[in-house]
Amino acid sequence: MDYRTDRSRVTGLGSAKYGTGHWWSQRISSAALVPLTLLFIFPFVSSLGSEHADVIATYANPFNAIVAILFIVTTFIHVRQGMQVVIEDYVHDKPIRTAALLANTLLCWAFGLTGVFAVAKIAFTA
Amino acid sequence: MVEFTLPRNSRVVVGKTWPKPAGTNVRAFKIYRYDPDTPENPRIDTYFVDLDTCGPMVLDALIKIKNEIDPTLTFRRSCREGICGSCAMNIDGGNHLACIYGMDEIKGDVTIYPLPHMPVIKDLIPDLTHFYAQHASVKPWLETASAEPNTEWRQSIDDRRKLDGLYECILCACCSTSCPSYWWNGDRYLGPAALLQAYRWLADSRDEATGERLDDLEDPFKLYRCHTIMNCARTCPKGLNPAKAIASIKQMMVDRRM
Repeated sequence: MDYRTDRSRVTGLGSAKYGTGHWWSQRISSAALVPLTLLFIFPFVSSLGSEHADVIATYANPFNAIVAILFIVTTFIHVRQGMQVVIEDYVHDKPIRTAALLANTLLCWAFGLTGVFAVAKIAFTA
Repeated sequence: MVEFTLPRNSRVVVGKTWPKPAGTNVRAFKIYRYDPDTPENPRIDTYFVDLDTCGPMVLDALIKIKNEIDPTLTFRRSCREGICGSCAMNIDGGNHLACIYGMDEIKGDVTIYPLPHMPVIKDLIPDLTHFYAQHASVKPWLETASAEPNTEWRQSIDDRRKLDGLYECILCACCSTSCPSYWWNGDRYLGPAALLQAYRWLADSRDEATGERLDDLEDPFKLYRCHTIMNCARTCPKGLNPAKAIASIKQMMVDRRM
């Protein structure tokens, strides 16, 4: 038998005093991705199927390299925050939820850093 | 994971079909029945109502069924004019007040279920204990620190106008029980009804606890489970917009840190 009051159940552990930064940063990153995606997509699509040297030359251009890095970083910030919300919504088992949230963070860092490293390597060595 | 299927003892089975009266204007009603005193699963009973001898609203038909066909059919109702919020139920796939929802708005058979995703006490009566406790938790009353004035707390006409579209809420629970976020996380997410009322007091120029109210709400679950799905605004039988009120709370949260 559970003798907790209804009010105590609603209060739970109280307010986490957290969430506004996460929510606002998700809005900002989605707004930033509108121009970044457009700027990223044109050199990316025009490089598809072209010679290796041409692709290297495209991303050796500082503007293209910086846009690509900004795009990759913003995308993975946005993906991490979005996936976090999806996991919190649907995964209710505490250990699985914690593992899923950790995996989400680690994978986004890993993929994001790999992308940044790849672009930077081209930009600095070409 | 979130439960997407009903537990075995909650699966709905086909129930009894009640006799069909003679008449040219007879409508079928498929109504969710659950009796806690028997071990049986919930069932859908089919009733037939002659609309020529019945009022125009869904509640008129329910009362006619209870009076003339099956007195065991259980539902809440009181004012029959959309101001008490008692007869909120899921009619034809949407949450409505049975008393102000006209049968002419429904095509074909009329299906009636209790409000979605709440524990059912009996038939069309959901357990709203947690919902009411969530409302109480937002302290839906004026909080002040200044010395009490001799007459009333004064408010300009413009400031009073900011409460329009908020104070009319009758706590029928149509919005909260239509919200998928409330279905999956209703234990922690306050839901559109409680948050609309939270904003009603945040928006009140006479209230002196705005900061504490925002502190209490700033939580990834209490407030930020709202993903602007907008079912709340779509279903509200009073035509209110809880999603807009929640967006205003989020706006205040951002405003106070910039």
